[in-house]
Amino acid sequence: MPITVTNRDSSLTITLSGEIDHHGAREMMTQLEDAIATRLPARLVLDMSGVTFMDSSGIAVLLRALRQMKQVGGSLRVSNIPAQARRVLDAAGVGRLITLD
Amino acid sequence: MKAIDQVTIAFTSRSANEGFARTCAACFAAQLDPTLDEVADIKTAVSEAVTNAIVHAYPDCLGKIIMRLRLFDGGVMEIQVKDFGIGIPDVEQARTPLFTTGGEERSGMGFTIMESFMDGLKVRSQPGKGAAVTMRKRIARRTGASK
Repeated sequence: MPITVTNRDSSLTITLSGEIDHHGAREMMTQLEDAIATRLPARLVLDMSGVTFMDSSGIAVLLRALRQMKQVGGSLRVSNIPAQARRVLDAAGVGRLITLD
Repeated sequence: MKAIDQVTIAFTSRSANEGFARTCAACFAAQLDPTLDEVADIKTAVSEAVTNAIVHAYPDCLGKIIMRLRLFDGGVMEIQVKDFGIGIPDVEQARTPLFTTGGEERSGMGFTIMESFMDGLKVRSQPGKGAAVTMRKRIARRTGASK
């Protein structure tokens, strides 16, 4: 399972792990969607500490989570971003849309 | 310019092969003694190129993808990812950041990432015949590295 969910009060931390490419992104998106829809958090933190590789498919995953959090009136931040994933996010300018710790 | 080493790999456009392709490219690059960042750049660019072929070249079927890895003097690695699918109707538009025909599952940033992680990128396509993405990266020789 590529995501681990930790709930505390109104914030939700989801730890992503493994390789996020097109092959694995759909399952990760579905799991994230389900977790957000079930818990309706005010604050969502996506902890990327377990991500060993990410390409632009990961950007689509994060943007989808952002859209869903906006729909439920909550906020999103992304934390513990490994160097390779950070370079992908920086190249795409994702920091203008999502808070990257 | 003559390649001093070359590997060609043919595989089916299954998404499971994305990881296979980027690992192959990283292994080939290893002979240049790249840094971890350089390996990560190559893996990321290959992942983008191969994913494009899988998602866009063969939207409704499986097809053949050929990845050719070449090494030139001066530590230059060239990666070509070629498909025989539907082709790219407008290459300039496809290379525009955020442009995608792949829906919500795609970000439209694939070519932008390939461009920023590699030192050169060429895209050729003929509608109905396929597309070829050719990327080059110069691997800096590190002080003290053996030949």
